[in-house]
Amino acid sequence: MATAKDRAPAPAALGLNDDIGEEKRLALYRSQIRLREAEQRAYDLFLQNLVKGTSHLSLGQEAIAAGFAEAMQKGDLSFCTYRGHAHTLARGVPVEKVLGELMQRDNGLMRGKGGSMHLTSEEHGVMGSYAIIGAHLPIACGAAWRAQYKGHKDVSVCFFGDGTTNIGAFHEALNFAAVWKLPVVFVCENNLYMEYTPIADVTAVPQPAADRASAYGLERILIDGNDADVVYRTAQKAFAKARAGEGPSLIECITYRHSGHSRADPGKYRPEGELEKWKERDPIKIYRERLKQFGISEDQMSDIDTEVRKEVDDATEACKAAPIPPVDILTTDVYADGGWAWRN
Amino acid sequence: MPEITYRDAVIRGIAQEMARDPDVVFLGEDVAKAGGVFKATVGLYEQFGPLRVRDTPISEQAILGAAMGAAMTGLKPIAEIMFSDFIAVCFDYIANEFPKSRYMSNGQTKCPLVVRTGNGAGSRFGAQHSQSVENWCMMIPGLKVVAPSSPRDVIGLLAAAVRDPDPVIFFEHKSLYATKGEVPDGEIVDTLGTAKVLRPGKDATILALALMVPRALEAAERLKAEHGIDAEVVDVRSLVPLDMQTILGSVAKTHRLFTVEENPRLCGWGAEIVSIVADEAFYELDGPPVRITTPHIPLPAADNLEDIVLPTPDRIVETVRRSLES
Ligand SMILES: Cc1ncc(C[n+]2csc(CCOP(=O)(O)OP(=O)(O)O)c2C)c(N)n1
Ligand SMILES: [Mg+2]
Repeated sequence: MATAKDRAPAPAALGLNDDIGEEKRLALYRSQIRLREAEQRAYDLFLQNLVKGTSHLSLGQEAIAAGFAEAMQKGDLSFCTYRGHAHTLARGVPVEKVLGELMQRDNGLMRGKGGSMHLTSEEHGVMGSYAIIGAHLPIACGAAWRAQYKGHKDVSVCFFGDGTTNIGAFHEALNFAAVWKLPVVFVCENNLYMEYTPIADVTAVPQPAADRASAYGLERILIDGNDADVVYRTAQKAFAKARAGEGPSLIECITYRHSGHSRADPGKYRPEGELEKWKERDPIKIYRERLKQFGISEDQMSDIDTEVRKEVDDATEACKAAPIPPVDILTTDVYADGGWAWRN
Repeated sequence: MPEITYRDAVIRGIAQEMARDPDVVFLGEDVAKAGGVFKATVGLYEQFGPLRVRDTPISEQAILGAAMGAAMTGLKPIAEIMFSDFIAVCFDYIANEFPKSRYMSNGQTKCPLVVRTGNGAGSRFGAQHSQSVENWCMMIPGLKVVAPSSPRDVIGLLAAAVRDPDPVIFFEHKSLYATKGEVPDGEIVDTLGTAKVLRPGKDATILALALMVPRALEAAERLKAEHGIDAEVVDVRSLVPLDMQTILGSVAKTHRLFTVEENPRLCGWGAEIVSIVADEAFYELDGPPVRITTPHIPLPAADNLEDIVLPTPDRIVETVRRSLES
């Protein structure tokens, strides 16, 4: 494996800002590759009919999940949407657990009881993935209220799409969080589309989240969501503000999904050439170039690629070999006593 | 025993639990400084302070969502939805979020919260501020649903709801707030999922909930005095969990079943109970079970019109008498 000694010249000598540092940059790279490989694999498995139901991929949006998760501390809480595989993986949940859930196996995160849209791993701070648009913004407020009330220092981070900015719960949550000065960070992943309709066709302002911030007394924050360094720095700033008791932030990250909305959506509604243009701005491509600028060698990067590929391959094999969920879990955990009894 | 109002019982119940457990917090519209639109939370803000008793914006989704997020992460929130009709604007939390998070996460997510809400008719508020909507909640697996009829039950069931690890929807009847009942001193904690036989009898079982309970009791007294019919009145109290054993036991004794439901006809809680009785105690019945409900219409506002549609002691007496005589 290549070492720091092999590389030249030092970033500082090039006048580059090395505020992030090599260790964190490599972590950001590894995380993005891991999300890319796992999501690509989920898609392949879907085409093989091994991933059932629906699935919403974050291919092309990896820099946001990686950038935020790398800025989070243990104990910080993530609230995700149905497009939540990437955010779940980015908090350190094993690939096998996520693919297992997508493949409806007993080794899945929730043993097949939740499915792709509801990934939850509280031990990793992943407090659920929510499939009703907007529902989790108020819920994230509540978790942040608990932190405020108990004097805990954790931050609640809530991810959602551009389309979500037009539902009532978004506006209720933003106002509530601002009035109560809650340690919550709202992250809008603006991938330019709802399911199939361009967000611009249905929104009164050009930037669906950023242009609403002032209505809630918040700073307008609009960033390049395909540059993991930019995302990471923005996240750090917002988290510091939240931990200092200075209230919520709303961050709009511009990005683009490379795949369709869900399942095998071919994305026919996109103008010709749009996807190709955005692939030029692929977050992973951008980041590989960034790392090169900082003197990280191709070898170092491909070592990471190989390790990640192996993790995803091993996870895939483990899931293929795993049993389907036993029927006796059907009626467990409806109520806190572990069962489902509604009468005596 | 000292008598207090149903309204004061709400205050005492919340205060009892907040004093016991610092993780109990309370939020809602106009509940803190103003003491609630029904004055059922007066003094809590002064007693427990602004960190634990909080006024919210008019944002029902934010209220219930925030309660859920707090519950998931360690608090035991009590959230108020001012009128139960407004549950319709935050129904996502009631129908999709509270009751399903534990199941979907394979037991990882907890949701120990209480939603208190002013339910029911009698105030001439019209169709959007008068409904009894407990049936909306009863149909959802994962929720618990409670509707007390007396001050003592308010305190005891509220305490049980706050201490319960599952989400509980707690229906307070607006027309009962001013009613009084005996309440012993000291801590009161009841048990969810228990019905209560309030008046023993041998000729007919009358099941009732909330405001219908005093009406059923009055009807039972008149049935006895005027017609020699000895009715047993059971306060169902808790729709989920449902105490079918008490109900089946009563039917096995009286062999006749009547339900008194404030709700419109279709899919009422009484229909569910009648179907269970038909399944499990059909041969105990000496006649068809009879449901006494409001007609399947929105609630009107005018005194005389609202009075006609709600089940009254008169209607209960007449229905039971005719059924038993036929
Ligand atoms: C309340 C609600 N309305 C509609 C839907 C159906 N739906 C699922 S995803 C989606 C698009 C959401 O768009 P956006 O917020 O931009 O997120 P993205 O999928 O682009 O990540 C819609 C309309 C839903 N799940 N919930
Ligand atoms: Mg979108």
